[in-house]
Amino acid sequence: MCSGRVDPEFVFRAFATGQDGVLIGGCRLNECNYITHGNYDALSNTYICKNIMERIGLNPERLSIEFMSGGDGNRLTEAVNDFTWKVKELGPLGEAEGIENNRLKGDLEAVIKIIPYIKLVEREKLRPPVKSGKAYNEFFTSDEVNRLLGDLIGEKLTISRIVTLLREKPLPAGEISEILGLDPSEVTKHMNSSSRQGLVTYDIDSKCYALALSGA
Amino acid sequence: MVEVDRHQNIEVLTYADVDRVDGKVGDFKVTLVKKPRYIIEDKCTGCRTCVRYCPKESPDEFNQEISSGKAIHVYFSQAIPLVAYIDENCLKLKEGKCDICEGVCQNEAIDFRQTAEKIEVNVGTIILSTGIEPFDPATVEEYGYGKMQNVVTSMDFERLLSATGPYQGRILRASDEKHPRNIAWIQCVGSRRVTPGENSYCSGVCCTYTQKQVILTKEHDAEAECTVFHNDIRAFGKDFERYYRRAEQLPGVRFIRSYTSIVREIPESKNVVVRYATPEDGVREEEFDMVVLSVGLHPPADNQDLIGTFGIELNSHGFSKAHHGNPIATTRPGIFVSGGLQGPVDIPESVFSASGAGAQCGEYLDYRRGKLAKERIYPPERDVTGQEPRIGVFVCHCGANIGSVVNVPSTVDYARELPNVVHAQEQLFSCANNCIKEITDLVEEKGLNRVVIAACSPRTLEALFRDTLREAGLNQYFCEMANIREQCSWVHSKQKREATQKAKDIIRMSVARAGELEPLQEFDLPVNKTTLVVGGGIAGMTCALSIANQGYQVHLVEKERELGGMARRIHTTLEGLDVQAYLDDLIQSVYKNPLVHVSHEAAIKNVSGYVGNFTTVVESEGRIKEIEHGAAIIAIGADVYRPTEYLYGENERVMTHLELGEKIAGREETVIKAERLVMIQCVGCRNEDRDYCSCVCCSHAVNNALKLKELNPEMAIYILFRDMRTYGFREDYYREAADKEVTFIQYEPDNEPQVVAATNEAGDPCVRVTVPDPILGCRLELDADILSLAAAVVPSSQAKEIAGLFKVTLNPDGFFKEAHVKLRPVEFATDGVYLCGTAHYPKHIEETISHAYGAAGRAVTLLSHDTVVASGSVCEVKEDDCVSCGACITACAYDAVEFYDTPKGMKARVNPILCKGDGLCCAKCPTHAIVLKHFTDEALLGQIDAAGTAKKILEKLEAAVVDA
Repeated sequence: MCSGRVDPEFVFRAFATGQDGVLIGGCRLNECNYITHGNYDALSNTYICKNIMERIGLNPERLSIEFMSGGDGNRLTEAVNDFTWKVKELGPLGEAEGIENNRLKGDLEAVIKIIPYIKLVEREKLRPPVKSGKAYNEFFTSDEVNRLLGDLIGEKLTISRIVTLLREKPLPAGEISEILGLDPSEVTKHMNSSSRQGLVTYDIDSKCYALALSGA
Repeated sequence: MVEVDRHQNIEVLTYADVDRVDGKVGDFKVTLVKKPRYIIEDKCTGCRTCVRYCPKESPDEFNQEISSGKAIHVYFSQAIPLVAYIDENCLKLKEGKCDICEGVCQNEAIDFRQTAEKIEVNVGTIILSTGIEPFDPATVEEYGYGKMQNVVTSMDFERLLSATGPYQGRILRASDEKHPRNIAWIQCVGSRRVTPGENSYCSGVCCTYTQKQVILTKEHDAEAECTVFHNDIRAFGKDFERYYRRAEQLPGVRFIRSYTSIVREIPESKNVVVRYATPEDGVREEEFDMVVLSVGLHPPADNQDLIGTFGIELNSHGFSKAHHGNPIATTRPGIFVSGGLQGPVDIPESVFSASGAGAQCGEYLDYRRGKLAKERIYPPERDVTGQEPRIGVFVCHCGANIGSVVNVPSTVDYARELPNVVHAQEQLFSCANNCIKEITDLVEEKGLNRVVIAACSPRTLEALFRDTLREAGLNQYFCEMANIREQCSWVHSKQKREATQKAKDIIRMSVARAGELEPLQEFDLPVNKTTLVVGGGIAGMTCALSIANQGYQVHLVEKERELGGMARRIHTTLEGLDVQAYLDDLIQSVYKNPLVHVSHEAAIKNVSGYVGNFTTVVESEGRIKEIEHGAAIIAIGADVYRPTEYLYGENERVMTHLELGEKIAGREETVIKAERLVMIQCVGCRNEDRDYCSCVCCSHAVNNALKLKELNPEMAIYILFRDMRTYGFREDYYREAADKEVTFIQYEPDNEPQVVAATNEAGDPCVRVTVPDPILGCRLELDADILSLAAAVVPSSQAKEIAGLFKVTLNPDGFFKEAHVKLRPVEFATDGVYLCGTAHYPKHIEETISHAYGAAGRAVTLLSHDTVVASGSVCEVKEDDCVSCGACITACAYDAVEFYDTPKGMKARVNPILCKGDGLCCAKCPTHAIVLKHFTDEALLGQIDAAGTAKKILEKLEAAVVDA
């Protein structure tokens, strides 16, 4: 099994089940055990997951990837110790970020729901041209890719988060934006388009939006 | 090593000497003397409890005696067999006191009554792999080794770098146990020197291992200052040139071309002063915290005994004498050598000469192949479909390794309460025979259908426990290992309470995963016993013949009208092989062999299939034929660069080394009567376009120069070089050329020689070569009658096409890329396809021959079986969930996934034979339609969820860190 097998779902599932940090270990870059160089895919996924973590208010440093070989015992020790300290410094997941527990759970659930979509975006738009640690870092930290991620994934994520939230109970737009820390105009925009598509209904009396289909 | 140890048909006898060898090939009687290790090997589990209690310190040989171990010890942590032995420092052996080890060994494995034991074995052939010794610099006073504490050998330094080394991976000075900040390496210690006690040949490996040590040192300590004092840098191997530049370009690293001497030790600091000279600064002295002597390779100390015991001849350097161009054969039939006894060789050469030696033994012994082979018989597998998981958990004490840190009984109590666990117990050593038996019995008695072994890393013993399950009639994929040793007790030895909790967490996660495991079948594929060899040069022919001599059909396809390849243009080697005569013999043998079928003027049109079952379409002399074969060998050779530099192709006086060699062989007057001849090395390689060394050109130049000196001793010959790379025994010929007054002038790539057509003093046309002379400090003008260029060896023009057809890859330079550059140098990552000769990388003829035998050996390993086993842990598509997006297909580097037409439209399907089980596709699939068996989402998510159900692991880890 290759580090490229680590599905983004594994990462968010770990956070959802209460882990404060996730450390992915892979073979050293360019020293692939197979011929696939899947550790670069693991690296891509790590950058994407970190970006998404930021979008839901989680500290991206809670996720880390380290590349080492079977002979790198020292490196493993160092990596685990450093990461342990780092996570300890950050404090408990959500609590340290000031995110209320239910909301965190809902957001992580919302993220897991759109992972199939994230995979498609990764495949179509997020393949760095050169396979090197440096090139990957430059690519994924560039403004252009960040904007691209915002355009392609950010919006989907917002909708997914709103839908997950509304599943609990109908809410007015103002409260939605407050709970999710979103710009009210953004929420209104999504609610308008979602009502047009018949995904949500608006109750004039209570001024609340509700999910149109129970299973959506 | 583990594989060798576990192999049914390999018996490992360690701590044994060969006493005598009688008989002849096909029927040798070998007498062995097994020295007493005072340990009953079958009983010792390698737990090292005895080592802990042994009161007698003894120098740790494995760690170069920098640190000390005990008189009873295991040689090193991965030793095979993993059993202890007692050395001569033992108090009981010396003085008859002390028997502590006997008392603490719970397996009663200590036996002081053991004596040397004579063993006789009857064998058909013998392979000598006695290896090399690092040169001992203590024999030469000037090096100060053994006198100055901070002068170490590269072997010492290697151990300092190692995590299992004397300071657990920290680089420390012996004098004060402080980190050296300023380290010097001195190259060619014991090599390339004619002083008494040292070796005249080049050891070939030291330049690159030094670069590795520099890189690792910088990784340990980014601030370290590293200085390498070198002669020529011999980065001649595959990918070595890039590696050299990587080391050279690191900040704080200096490579200085200079002879050196170690002048003195500073008494207060114990620093070491080195004297050296550079053209810019003249003679200088510099102080270093540590000096590493890059020691060369020396034949084994007892090599002279080999002559007596085995009756083989050695060369003047004390290595095996090659037999007629075949470096694997010895002067005695039926005795072969692999690895270091051939001469100084690197790991890849050792590996391919080893499998080549196997092939050559096969040629002798083929008539009885398989007669003595043993096979395991397992009971029929119990069908557990539909059963609820019934998990058995076995927690191993591993002597004191786990048991002294983790509270094993409490983990057992804990495991018993976990879902689906119907049995849990502790064991002293789960891997010991009695415990294995206990597991097998309990599987039956309790009706277990999953087994969790909480012990060591699956890397060490998973194969054994899978085997145990098979013995118990359970599918082997129902075994799960929880690593509570390497990842728990060994790293948290001071935090027993937390370590126990962590062990419980690990066990809980493993139990969760085990519940999701499914039975998987490994399946057998039939193997077609025919081989296709692509390329009819020395590599292809040697390989084809070796395979045919072992009784298998071979199709040899050659693109030209005649066999021979590049060797047709080579006439002699430095070692004096008459290449044309050798080639004629080889071609005759190929044509005469009834099992080798040659196709001339052949082109490969299509390749389909997989290991054991390929079909290749070949067009030969206008006819199309379809060849079915089980294995394929790619031996398409390489081409020669056509220089665009130095007036080549414009001036008839300018030629390549290959052309010069041909003209020498043809005794062409213009060449032989030339008064002055200049050679320029490194034309078309070691530059930006081709970032590699062509490896053969320096020797080629020296060979041509020596031949010319023989024919015309008056000729003035100049060789303009960057680094002379006459590695191995070829160094002797370089020295001979210098002795015969061939002039060697070094140039730098940023100040290359200039060449113009001109008229010499006598008024005759010539080519004028201008080159800066680093020693005289001026530009030299050489009017040459002949200018010969060391044109690079470049990949074959067909390499890309052939690589595409066989689904194998090329490296950045365009040479074929082997499965692993060091450990699998004749195989591709694609099963059933092998590689040999210069298609892999430029090579000398003897190296090509060795490589070709190596490929034959690997291919026959496949062909000698009727079936190949494909792993059960491969991917599979749930067709109903597949949305035909193709993400898995683009993710798979092995082309194992393809679209198929189904009644429900196009669906992805995995060819399980091609799948390697990396699971990359699973992480790409948006619908979870593709599943990696044994590592399914359910199993892995189950494990992740189980991790989350406990109290936070990180809190405990944090506590552990604080305690430490």
